[in-house]
Amino acid sequence: MTETAIEHTAHPADHDAHGAAGHDTGAHQHHPDLTYVKVAGVLAVLTALETATYWVDLGSFHTPFLLIMMVTKFVLVLLFFMHLKFDNKLFGVLFYMGLGLTLMVYLAVLFSYRFFTR
Amino acid sequence: MSDIAAHPEVIHAVDGHDDGHAGSHGTSTGLSNNKLAMWLFLGSECLLFGGLISTYMLYRGRNGTGPGPDALWDIPLTSISSFVLLMSSLTMVLAVSHAHQGNDRKTQIWLSVTALLGATFVGAQVYEFTSFYHEGLGYTTSLFSSSFYTLTGFHGVHVSVGIIMLMALVAMIGKDKIPGNKAESVELIGLYWHFVDVVWIVIFTLVYLIPA
Repeated sequence: MTETAIEHTAHPADHDAHGAAGHDTGAHQHHPDLTYVKVAGVLAVLTALETATYWVDLGSFHTPFLLIMMVTKFVLVLLFFMHLKFDNKLFGVLFYMGLGLTLMVYLAVLFSYRFFTR
Repeated sequence: MSDIAAHPEVIHAVDGHDDGHAGSHGTSTGLSNNKLAMWLFLGSECLLFGGLISTYMLYRGRNGTGPGPDALWDIPLTSISSFVLLMSSLTMVLAVSHAHQGNDRKTQIWLSVTALLGATFVGAQVYEFTSFYHEGLGYTTSLFSSSFYTLTGFHGVHVSVGIIMLMALVAMIGKDKIPGNKAESVELIGLYWHFVDVVWIVIFTLVYLIPA
């Protein structure tokens, strides 16, 4: 294989890599620092609302409300701070596979120990 | 092949160890293998913390004669430390942003602030553990205490490891000793840090806020 041939072989990957790098750059261009501050502000407000439930009784809505707050905060950090919303989908697939497997395995464990019905 | 041997710089480029876009050159996906590995690692970490959280959920009512969650939790303190950890995610993402802009000085500053906020969180956790111990909650007091200390302790160790990585990163940026793509290195540590943050989001709700 000659040097030229090697360069040709490397080019498609390079092109994709530049595309990915460009994608990254694009993600950062769409997320100036002000956006991060806004997301952090939303997270702070959600945490304050969660904490308020310690003093305010929401009755039967207590647990569902807290779970919704938790999932919202989880998703916000994942999409914006970890850039999953704008990064290559393969990164998300790897993470969601682990997360999905975790939910399936441990929900099965909790159900088998009758955690939700006792 | 002899041509390749005669041009080591070509092998270097194909292997993806050249400068600039380190990690993504010459990979079959066109993506950084380091970043893929980090996401895979974080996916596997979900299983670790999933196991610990599930175990706690099953045992949280098994406090025997020892103190239970309702008698121990200091929600205002834990809320403040949760807020501190959340804000450390903001400073971390700002560090990544400045690293992508090539601003080493600001990257170092934000990384240091992140480490400081992380250390504050760990300090609050040590204070919490100490006060729980003085109230009679040892590691082997009950199934509840063992599962609680194991879960939150594992998380605390993760935060501590993150602080060590952040400080090492600050020092390496200062000495210009980071091989390959500097911004990517900051981003990888950032992913780990944000993951530790999202795990705490789950722990804070399921362990502290939802009553047993």
